[in-house]
Amino acid sequence: MSEAQAHAEVHHHSPPTSFIGKYVFSVDHKVIGLQYYGLGLLAVIIGMVLSWLMRLHLGWSTLAIPGLEKLSAAGAPGNVMTPEYYLSLMTMHGTIMVFFVLTNVPFAGFGNYFLPIQVGAADMSFPHMNMMSFWVTFTAFLVLMAAFFVPGGPPLSGWTAYAPLSAVGVEAGPGQGTGQTLWAISIAIFCVAQLLGALNFISTTLDLRTKGMSLARLPFSAWAWFITSVIGLLAFAVLLPACILLFLDRVAGTSFFIPSGLVISDKMQAHTGGSPLLWQHLFWFFGHPEVYIAILPAVGIVSHILPVFMRKPLLGPRVLVGCMVAIGFLSYMVWGHHMFVSGMNPFSAILFSVPTLVITIPATIATLLWIGSVYGSRMRFTTAALFCLGFISVFISGGISGFFLAQPSIDTYLHATYFVVAHFHFVMGVAAIFAMFAGTYFWMPKMTGRMMNETLGKVHFWLTFVGVYCIFMPMHYLGLAGNVRRYAAFTDDFLSPLIPVHQFITIAALITGAAQFIFLFNLIWSRLRGPKAPDNPWQATSLEWSTTSPPPFDNFGGRQLVVNHQPYEYGVEGPDGDYIMQTAPEAAKAR
Amino acid sequence: MEMAAGHHPIVMEKSPYGIPPGKLAMWCFVISDAVTFSAVLFAYGYLRVGSPDWIAPFQFFPTIVNGLVMTFVLLTSGLTMLAAVEAAKQGRTAAGTRWLWATCALGALFAVLHLLEWRRMLEEGWRLFQNPTGGSVHFGAAFFSVTGLHLLHVIGGVIALAIIAIGFARGKYNRIDVEITGIYWHFVDLVWMFVFPLVYLMNAK
Repeated sequence: MSEAQAHAEVHHHSPPTSFIGKYVFSVDHKVIGLQYYGLGLLAVIIGMVLSWLMRLHLGWSTLAIPGLEKLSAAGAPGNVMTPEYYLSLMTMHGTIMVFFVLTNVPFAGFGNYFLPIQVGAADMSFPHMNMMSFWVTFTAFLVLMAAFFVPGGPPLSGWTAYAPLSAVGVEAGPGQGTGQTLWAISIAIFCVAQLLGALNFISTTLDLRTKGMSLARLPFSAWAWFITSVIGLLAFAVLLPACILLFLDRVAGTSFFIPSGLVISDKMQAHTGGSPLLWQHLFWFFGHPEVYIAILPAVGIVSHILPVFMRKPLLGPRVLVGCMVAIGFLSYMVWGHHMFVSGMNPFSAILFSVPTLVITIPATIATLLWIGSVYGSRMRFTTAALFCLGFISVFISGGISGFFLAQPSIDTYLHATYFVVAHFHFVMGVAAIFAMFAGTYFWMPKMTGRMMNETLGKVHFWLTFVGVYCIFMPMHYLGLAGNVRRYAAFTDDFLSPLIPVHQFITIAALITGAAQFIFLFNLIWSRLRGPKAPDNPWQATSLEWSTTSPPPFDNFGGRQLVVNHQPYEYGVEGPDGDYIMQTAPEAAKAR
Repeated sequence: MEMAAGHHPIVMEKSPYGIPPGKLAMWCFVISDAVTFSAVLFAYGYLRVGSPDWIAPFQFFPTIVNGLVMTFVLLTSGLTMLAAVEAAKQGRTAAGTRWLWATCALGALFAVLHLLEWRRMLEEGWRLFQNPTGGSVHFGAAFFSVTGLHLLHVIGGVIALAIIAIGFARGKYNRIDVEITGIYWHFVDLVWMFVFPLVYLMNAK
């Protein structure tokens, strides 16, 4: 056996026996994946509650929200939110959702659970480092949550933490003291965890594939996790020093991001010569690839699930993988489109606008491949399938607004309006979440050994699908009407006529939020009392369906899997039905 | 079937790069870390170009001479690292261990020289936020953050080299582990070959 192969083995552990070893400090990628998922679930509930508080204030800015004063006496005297506290809640909403939900669940959650299984390995390449990645992420989460409880409260500079507001310190406003420093520390810790995770994903995908699992036979989800980890490796590497430099500006008196002559509250700041634009460049060089880190695993998951319920393979599978690679590559060339109104040279704006428009091409091709595949298929409308179809819908809705924002001339008007809010919520806050729901309904039987309730799932889907359109579609109109974002209230003659629209959105948001409890109930109830799941309830072909539900400790019970087939052989004469599993003997050829 | 702890030979697909996971992970880490250093150097360049009051403060003696000595020490440590990897590949454990300790010692010498230089500069009044020559305050910020980040990597490498040297002598680590450490150490050396010209030579009077 070659040296490379001798060392490509995973060091096999005997299964742990103690509670701590099994469920807390576990090196098993399946447990770690579920831990990430659980953290994401906790984070999304907190993030959603924050959004309700924000929406209530936007619709009714003098509303007294019971209990708010307990959370922050200074931020909500008499239970009425101050504008500053609105911005603080908005900052935490964005930070929690982007980092601890969208970067966490589709990638670290499902990816950790299913990547080793889908390539036929017994675990990730580096199980201990994997465990460390989770606990470092969890530490980052705790540090961020601490910002709610320190004097001054959470920062109010947005998840984008633009300098100089984020860099000068406590004189800039409530939350800009300890709260902002904790933010910088938390995100820096999060970067380290993501970098370690990326190393594991890349190594596992390249080195631990079982016999017959060539790269051409990888499922779309595995490709997506691999490409995402490459993007993340380079993107988080830039955010980490950015947060460190921000930290130095805040505590060590440097002026990386703080210009000269800044006067805050009649006080001249001692800093000189720094550049707020430098922060924007560093942040968005990370920030744009970050949003593709959020969406690519979702694309992979949806592309993986759709063929199962269409009972036919996707059109153009190699083209789809090529689109994912192209999106990953191009994501590094477009960061300036977040900075069109920063005063940049219009020629630079063109340099960013063109790749931004180019990146819509692979995204559109992927969408057309999905639509072309679904058309004429005999779809089994399970909840997972519905969420995949819903994903396509909201991905298009969110993507189209991207075409507009990619053009500097239009963006000059639409920047910092609700049009942008609509765009990124559709693609990140809805599309990626739909993919997470699809993944949950699809993979929960495998992970827990119990089926989820389909009726509750369908009610959840329809309420959510209609609900998100009611929430985010009107925001396009608001943006075009000139409604500025990151405002706590609209008191002037120009914007106050739009308040009824905000009130409608708020009511839609509260109802849609309530509908998510159906999902939560379904999740918990099914886990405890759901019908037992067979090994392959969906008659799917990829490797996760070749093992028990849930899989044993080493994923395949000591078996050496041999892969002989592509992952999406559906609608063909197979030994067990209209499909051929990847592990079926080679003789079982399609058609 | 009961799983025994330890290595379990199974047949796998060949990795497209034909290298074991540990080496692949170290290469990926190095690439990521290179991007991190690039970001910090970008910040330094951005601020320097944007600072009209940038004054190059370094005299040839002692700063540039010290820098040249540090460069010589680090490059030599790269040679000793190569020797260690070669010895390990040929199975000469004792020689490999000696070369590893030599690399470790040279790395530690680099760190000591660097810290002494920092102490001298601090005594002259340099800080992250202060420039005793009256020039741009960003000099201190850029200098200490760039060299500080590099120094952290050197110290980490020195500790890692010591651990690997002890383990290699005892048979706990093998030639691949030595090679992986070598990849990291050469990366640290490579970063210095960017830092020295950009931060020292370009700021020579």
